[in-house]
Amino acid sequence: MLLQLIYKEIKLELRNKYALGGIFLYVIATVYTSYLSFRNIIHPATWNALFWIIMLFASINAISKSFTQDSPGRQLYYYTILKPQTVILSKMIYNALLMILMSLLCFVFYAMFINYLVQNLPIFLLVLLLGSIGFSSILTMISAIASKTNGNFSMMAILSFPMLIPFLITLIKVSKLAVDGIDNSVCYPYLTVLILINIVVLGLSYILFPYLWQD
Amino acid sequence: MKVLKWWKILSIICILYTIIAGFLLPVPALPILHESIRNLYFHVTMWFSMILILSVSVIYGVIYLNKGFKYYDIVSAEAAKVGLFLGILGVTTGSLWANNTWGAWWVNDAKLNGAAISLLFYFAYLILRNTISDDDKKGRVSAIYNIFAYTMMIVFLGVLPRMTDSLHPGNGGNPGFGGYDLDGKMKIVFYPAIIGWSLLAVWILNIRIRMKSIIEKLHTH
Repeated sequence: MLLQLIYKEIKLELRNKYALGGIFLYVIATVYTSYLSFRNIIHPATWNALFWIIMLFASINAISKSFTQDSPGRQLYYYTILKPQTVILSKMIYNALLMILMSLLCFVFYAMFINYLVQNLPIFLLVLLLGSIGFSSILTMISAIASKTNGNFSMMAILSFPMLIPFLITLIKVSKLAVDGIDNSVCYPYLTVLILINIVVLGLSYILFPYLWQD
Repeated sequence: MKVLKWWKILSIICILYTIIAGFLLPVPALPILHESIRNLYFHVTMWFSMILILSVSVIYGVIYLNKGFKYYDIVSAEAAKVGLFLGILGVTTGSLWANNTWGAWWVNDAKLNGAAISLLFYFAYLILRNTISDDDKKGRVSAIYNIFAYTMMIVFLGVLPRMTDSLHPGNGGNPGFGGYDLDGKMKIVFYPAIIGWSLLAVWILNIRIRMKSIIEKLHTH
């Protein structure tokens, strides 16, 4: 059931290509704008921070629509045949896949246009992976909450920022270590924190989403 | 004449004692801090009572999700407002203190970031409440956000300060206040101060809940 739902999300996304294309174009356009404004960033801290800020806004953009694109009729249909946990999990997994794809694309373009300063690539890619999963799970739950309100997009930003800022601080810190090529053992505590936050968000969404779903 | 409940009297006594004894009793003479150490009785206690009131808010949020009575939602929302107020007081007293000891109104410190994030959470919570018109939906959605926000706040407050250095006592190699207060002179004011301010916060919450309940009743009839 879960796999079928994820498959359905992917199929839906591929059918109206403008959504997927829009997200990728957003990333590319933002990176290119940064390239035009900064030209070349030599300073690792700035390079790192700018990358994650682009990622932050791109992910809010990409995930904000995940609960509004289903029509009320279709949501009612899901409600009758599915467990709410299946719905939220499928959305989260799908969004995580989307975010991983997007972050890789963003990284490649960022490295191409602006600069490539990463000295410890495996850890950086691991941080990218954990960051994508974290962004997707936090934002999926928040977009479920925001879909119940009237002003959707601004609510999405207001509600998610307090949750994303600490996550982002941790991400920036550990990816700065990876950029500077610091030994893996220093990075492990931070990676553990990222995994811990992911687990907490996942658990909370799993428990709380059924209450949100009952309309 | 109606006599005040015992805990309200206790609150008044504790706060009067905190203000009088807090400003008059001797404190350890320390460089940089000097007399500003007395702010301990006001600044730190605000955070204690904020966490207490926000815990009340989240507990009533959980009860509302399970029971669905309007009253629990009122308690939860009003507690969040009182908690936010205490948080603003905590930031203000802290900012004054920081300006006199660290030399800036705001510094990049793990605890300050945590405080700023907590305040942002509860401002967002209040905005969320205002965007939904249906009462039942408002209560449910905001209770869910409240639980989500509170849990994340506790995780971040527990995790972030341990990863970075902090200017605050007890973090990043600084000794805690227990280390400064060698002969326990400050404890005899500090503990009653915690009780006094927490009870006052509960009192404010109590009045606000009663006010809100009456307003609700007027609207429904």
